[in-house]
Amino acid sequence: MLRRTAYALLVLAVAGTATACGRSAPDPATAADARGPITVWLSNNAQEVQWGKAMVASWNERHPDQHVTAQQIPAGKTSEEAISASIIAGTTACLAFNTSPAAVPTFQKQNGLVPLSDFPDGEKYITERGGALTDQYRSTDGKFYQLPWKSNPVMILYNKKLFEKAGLDPEHPKLATYKEFLDTSRKLVHSGAAKAAIWPSPSSDFFQPWYDFYPAFAAQSGGKQLIEDGKPQFDSPAGLQVAAFWRRLYAEKLAPQEAYPGDSLNDGKAAMATVGPWALAAYKNSVDIGVAPVPTADGGADKHSFSDEKSAAMFSSCKNRATAWDVLKFASSAGQDGKFLGTTGQMPMREHLTEKYAAYFKAHPTYKAFADQAERVVEVPNVPGSIDIWQTFRDEWTKAVVFGRESTPTGLRNASSEITDLLNEYGDPS
Amino acid sequence: MSVNLQSAPAAVRDSAPARREGPRRARGLSRVGALFVSPYVLFLVVVFAVPLVYTVWISFHRFYFTAPGTDVDSPWVGLSNYKDVFTDPVVGRAFLNIVIFLVINVPLTVGLSLVLATALNAKIRGRAFFRAAFYLPYVTASVALVAVWQFLFGSDGFVNHLLGSHAPDPSWLVNSHLAMPMIAVFVTWKQLGFFVMLYLASLQNVGKELYEASAMDGAGRVRQFFSVTVPGVRPATTLVVIYAIITGANLFSEPYLLTGGGGPDHSSTSPVLLMYQKGIEQGHPDFAAALGVVLVAFVMVVSLAARKLTERGN
Repeated sequence: MLRRTAYALLVLAVAGTATACGRSAPDPATAADARGPITVWLSNNAQEVQWGKAMVASWNERHPDQHVTAQQIPAGKTSEEAISASIIAGTTACLAFNTSPAAVPTFQKQNGLVPLSDFPDGEKYITERGGALTDQYRSTDGKFYQLPWKSNPVMILYNKKLFEKAGLDPEHPKLATYKEFLDTSRKLVHSGAAKAAIWPSPSSDFFQPWYDFYPAFAAQSGGKQLIEDGKPQFDSPAGLQVAAFWRRLYAEKLAPQEAYPGDSLNDGKAAMATVGPWALAAYKNSVDIGVAPVPTADGGADKHSFSDEKSAAMFSSCKNRATAWDVLKFASSAGQDGKFLGTTGQMPMREHLTEKYAAYFKAHPTYKAFADQAERVVEVPNVPGSIDIWQTFRDEWTKAVVFGRESTPTGLRNASSEITDLLNEYGDPS
Repeated sequence: MSVNLQSAPAAVRDSAPARREGPRRARGLSRVGALFVSPYVLFLVVVFAVPLVYTVWISFHRFYFTAPGTDVDSPWVGLSNYKDVFTDPVVGRAFLNIVIFLVINVPLTVGLSLVLATALNAKIRGRAFFRAAFYLPYVTASVALVAVWQFLFGSDGFVNHLLGSHAPDPSWLVNSHLAMPMIAVFVTWKQLGFFVMLYLASLQNVGKELYEASAMDGAGRVRQFFSVTVPGVRPATTLVVIYAIITGANLFSEPYLLTGGGGPDHSSTSPVLLMYQKGIEQGHPDFAAALGVVLVAFVMVVSLAARKLTERGN
């Protein structure tokens, strides 16, 4: 009896496992032409949800036979983790309007994405909408697996009241060069106006370099990516200058070494932050915000920055891909982009934004600086192992720059060497 | 916990019904019994055995998670993933962190919980209040306790305000020398109530006549503690030590929440946190599986050694 029970249990377990592993994906050829109801995922940013619901309502009004349901991306530490888990489980929505380009190579490797270039007008639509910037989003096989949708160019946001308290001119802040930035930071902290001049998270998360190192590196290097032509670019004079600048901020206690458990700018603990325009809406009732470009060694105009872009992607679990593609084009049309800009203050990935949406920027001059910056943004490199690469960089940055346990040249050299190894490893899938 | 069948009373071992029902009954097998245990066996097979076997399988293959219905090769790579695990300096650091944790946490847990249980076993005023007070952190969500700890030991926290210029720099939770000991003390505090309860239950079985006899022989309270209480609760001590080791080796939420995901330079990264980072964040489940297998072996070896140590002289 016991033996029979044990066998029965084993068969049950194996059958259960086999069923779980045997879920089927929709046939790509059939799904490509299929129309019907779909679900889309939105980020949990309040303004974005507001826009998304209005966009979906507008679509549903015109296409009652292809009903779209909008949901917020399932909870997780990051959207990337939630989407990755859903790809594995086969439970992704058809479209997600919050896909990080850094995660796209991983999603691709998981066979979770539909190549948008495979739609007859896919290539043309994406390149015409995004212009020259779109090439940064092409995958290594030459196809687009993401629609570059919106950018949030990272700039320096500062609290005008704290600048005033420190005896600084809030309308003309001296933040253009490293020397000016450091002098301003010292005044802010030493006067007691703020506990920290600037407070990016010093934690070890792979994505944190996007808010301290990468915008400054893009500016200092004149728009270089972390990796270009299969080689790391940051162990260079530009990278070393950026690392030395941040090391000074940490060494002089102008930037704390411990993560702030909330929003330091909003709470008045830090006088500055490196953020995109999405934050303006969040601060509008609490902080009088000013905007400045990220500093460089010599100052100057027309600097680059990190895009903090989010793409829209279509997932392989989608059964009605023809509808999904039409919804994607509708959601990223000129009209919807205007509504998106008006509701969220985030920049659609289109060229010449200030001309296309002149009326909006006339009414909202603070956002114009971001629109100008959006013309000169640098994306994370679209390479396999992207998250590994950023994690490796972050580990060395934390050790050398945040805590000074090794020199900054050693830190960058080590990171460059380890990342070269990773690139070789990922380049050879055997 | 194993049961020592040899120690069962002879009357039970040699009972007449056992002989009448033949060898199956003698082996302790019965249909009703099997029926009763079957849900748990099913649970064990589905939730524990199958994933464990699957994990071992993954650890010997190049493997990554893919969308359903995707035909992807998972070639046999032998010990390659284990080689990666053993040559990764972060893994070494994670295991060193666990050793630091266990060296602080286990003796502190055993010592404090036994002393507190002994005190709470005595007839003292407000005993029920103290019992509940020590148990409270154990039943409170980790996130809430982490907030308390950050209020106390954050760089701008209460303790640093008291210490002034004597405060450590970098501060407690981001200091590579202090982060792991802080986590060990935090976990000790959080779980103390549970272990106090275990010891309190065990103390009920220590005969009062032993205390009376030792008192008549002139033993004071300290001598009674070491000569009567400590040997009397030895089985509970074994349980406490092994449970504390297993809990410590599975450390995840404390470094994740308290030190922002392993702290600077992986100074508080634990093997389980690393498994999460490698397997989920970075998409290397094969590496994470091999690390998991190594961790299981580590826990087994340490637990067996601890058991031998605590039961020595039994």
